[in-house]
Amino acid sequence: MQPFDKLSAIAVPIDIPNCDTDQIIPARFLRRAKDDPTYARFLLHDLRFQADGSETDFIFNRASYNNAQVLVCDINWGCGSSREAAVNALMANNIRVVIAPSFGDIHYSNCIKNGVLPIRLSATDCGHIRIQLHESPGASIAIDLDEQAVLGPDQIRYTFEIDPMDKTRLLSGLDDISMTLEYQAEIESFEQKYRQNNRWIF
Amino acid sequence: MNIPRSHSKTLFEKIFDRHVIMIRESGDALLFIDRQLIHDLHYRSFEELQATGHSIRYPDQLFATPDHSVPTTAKNLADIPPGEMHDTIAGLQQAAKRIGFTHFDMTDPRHGIVHVIGPEQGITLPGLTLVCGDSHTSTHGALGCLSFGIGSTEVKHVLATQTLWQRKPKNMRIMVDGFLGDGVSAKDIILAIIRNIGAAGGTGYAIEYAGSAIRQLSIEGRMTISNMTIEAGARFGIIAPDDKTLEYVYGRPHAPTDEKWDEALAYWRTLKSDETAIFDKEIKIDAATIEPTVTWGNSPQFCVGISDVIPNPASEADLATRANMESALTYMDLLPGTPVNKIDVDRVFIGSCTNSRIEDLREAANIFKGKSVAVPTLVVPGSGLVKSEAEREGLDRIFTDAGAEWREPGCSMCVAINGDVISPGQRCASTSNRNFQGRQGKGSRTHLVSPAMAAAAAVTGHFTDCRQLGK
Repeated sequence: MQPFDKLSAIAVPIDIPNCDTDQIIPARFLRRAKDDPTYARFLLHDLRFQADGSETDFIFNRASYNNAQVLVCDINWGCGSSREAAVNALMANNIRVVIAPSFGDIHYSNCIKNGVLPIRLSATDCGHIRIQLHESPGASIAIDLDEQAVLGPDQIRYTFEIDPMDKTRLLSGLDDISMTLEYQAEIESFEQKYRQNNRWIF
Repeated sequence: MNIPRSHSKTLFEKIFDRHVIMIRESGDALLFIDRQLIHDLHYRSFEELQATGHSIRYPDQLFATPDHSVPTTAKNLADIPPGEMHDTIAGLQQAAKRIGFTHFDMTDPRHGIVHVIGPEQGITLPGLTLVCGDSHTSTHGALGCLSFGIGSTEVKHVLATQTLWQRKPKNMRIMVDGFLGDGVSAKDIILAIIRNIGAAGGTGYAIEYAGSAIRQLSIEGRMTISNMTIEAGARFGIIAPDDKTLEYVYGRPHAPTDEKWDEALAYWRTLKSDETAIFDKEIKIDAATIEPTVTWGNSPQFCVGISDVIPNPASEADLATRANMESALTYMDLLPGTPVNKIDVDRVFIGSCTNSRIEDLREAANIFKGKSVAVPTLVVPGSGLVKSEAEREGLDRIFTDAGAEWREPGCSMCVAINGDVISPGQRCASTSNRNFQGRQGKGSRTHLVSPAMAAAAAVTGHFTDCRQLGK
C-alpha cells in the first residue's frame, strides 16, 4: 500500500451528515475491478452525475477542486456498508486524507488499510474548516501524520489522535499480512493449544 | 460465587479474550478467527491473495454462497445472461472448486443469503469468532457468536492467516424490558433502539442486547435485532445464548455432536456477562412503549410510530440535525405533519438478511391471507431451506394468491444489484435494513418496516397499522 507521511493539498468541504458508503460509491459499481479506467467517476457518483451522465453542480465537480486530495466532512462519514470500494474510489481520485468528526468503524479501518488517512477532529473544528473552504474555494490544508497535526486554511493548527499501530501502518505502507506473519510462531503455538481445547470447532 | 469486579467480564470480553493470540503494546490484539463466510462480491479476493504469494490457510473454515448478485428469477448459473452478475457468481464457484472450500451454489437447496444460511447450517455457533466481508455480519451475534463485518483487505488477511488485528471496543448494554404489544416485532425494537441512540450512537462499541423482551424473542427475531446493529454504528451486536439458542443449534449440520457437544456446552454455559461486569454505556428501553414503526428519512434513526406524523425539522434545536432532516424530507418528498398512515407506497419488498426467515414470512402471510395486493410486491425468502419450508406450510400460495411475486432466495431489492430495482421517485415499504438515498435503485425512496407492516402496506397501498389487519 502507498505510505502516507505528510501532504499539503486542496481540500473539498462535503456538508453531508451520515454520508453512507452507498453515497460514496453506489452498490451497482461493486463488481468493477479496482483498475477499471473509469473508477474515478464512481466516487460520490449519484451526487455528481445526472442520469444522462452529465455533471451536476455538486461541489466536488467544481474546477477549483480539480487537484483536491483532502475531504473535510460531517459526522458519521462512511457509515453503513463495509464495501472497501468506497476507499478505492477515494484513491482513484487521489484523495489521501478525510477529515470528519466521526467515521463509520468499518470504513475507518478500510481507509487505514489502503493508505487513506482518516482524521477525527471535533464537529466544531470540522465545521469551522468547511466554512473557510467554502469562502475560499481551492484553499489548501496541510497534514503531518508524524506530528499528528493539521494546519487549516487560516493557519490554525489542530492535533488529532490516532492508534499507534494505525500510524505505523500508514507511515510504513506495510500491509497487514506481512506484519502478521512476523508473529507466525505465536500464531502456531496458540493454534495448537486452541485446537486441543476446542475440538468441537474443528 | 462472587467474582471481584476487577476480574468480571462482559459476554463480549469473554469471547474476545479467549481468541487473543497476542497483544501489542499499542493495545491491538491479534485475534484467532474461527470461521469466515464469503459471498460473491469477494470472488476476486482469492486471485488477488494468491498473486501476492499467499495461500488460503484453512479452506475448511471457509463457507461461501452467492447472494448479492443472484437474480431472483434464476435457478442456476445458466439462467443468468453473460455479464457482471454471471461473472461474479461463476468466479466464486470456480474459486471454490480450485481451492476446495464449502460452496452452496445456486442449485444447492441450502443456498441463500450468507447471514441466513450461517445459522441455519450450524456454521454460526455460540462462542466463536466469525467474520464476513459484509457489515450485516453482526446478525450472527444473536446466537452469542462474536461476529463482525470486515473490508476486503481484512477478508484476505483472514484467508491468509486465520487471524485479524482488532482493538477491543468499548461495551454497551441495551436492556429492553417489558412486554411487546401485539403486532410489534423485533424490527420495531431495533428501529426504536436506533432512534434512541442514533445512527452513530454505537460507533466504537460492542453492543450486548439483554432484558426480558429480548429473551422472549425467537432466535429469528433476535437475528433481526443483531443484524441492524451496524445501522446504529456498532460492528458487534451480541445476545447471550440461552436454552432457546441451544435448542436452535442442536442437530444442525455443522454443530458439534456427542461428546463434542458436551464440551461445547460446558463453554457455552459460561457465555453471559458477569453480574458485576462494567459497561461503558447502558441504555434502557421499555418494550411496551414501542409501536409498529416506519422510517421516513435516509438514515434508520429517522423513524416514527405508525400512529405518528412526519416530524417537523423546525422543532429540532440542533441546527445540523435540522438541516439533515430537511434534506431527507426533500429527497423522500414528504411534508412535516403528514400522518404516516396517509403516505402511499408504490412498491413493497419483503426479504433481506434482516427479515427473510420463516417467522418473517409467516408474519407477512398472516396479513396477506384472503386479501390482494394494491401495489407490486416482491417476496424473497432468505434461503432455499426457508423457501421449501414456506412452501410446505403453503405460505407461497398465500403470497401468490394475493398477487405478490414469490422468488428465488438472495439479497434482492435490499442492495438492488441483481436486477430487482425500484424506479426513480418510487416509494417502497421494505423489510430491509437501509433507507439510504438510492439504496434500492437511483432515486428510490425506501421506508423500513417489519414484515407485517410491509404486508399491510401492500394490501392497502399506504402505510397501515398492521394491528388493524390480519387475524
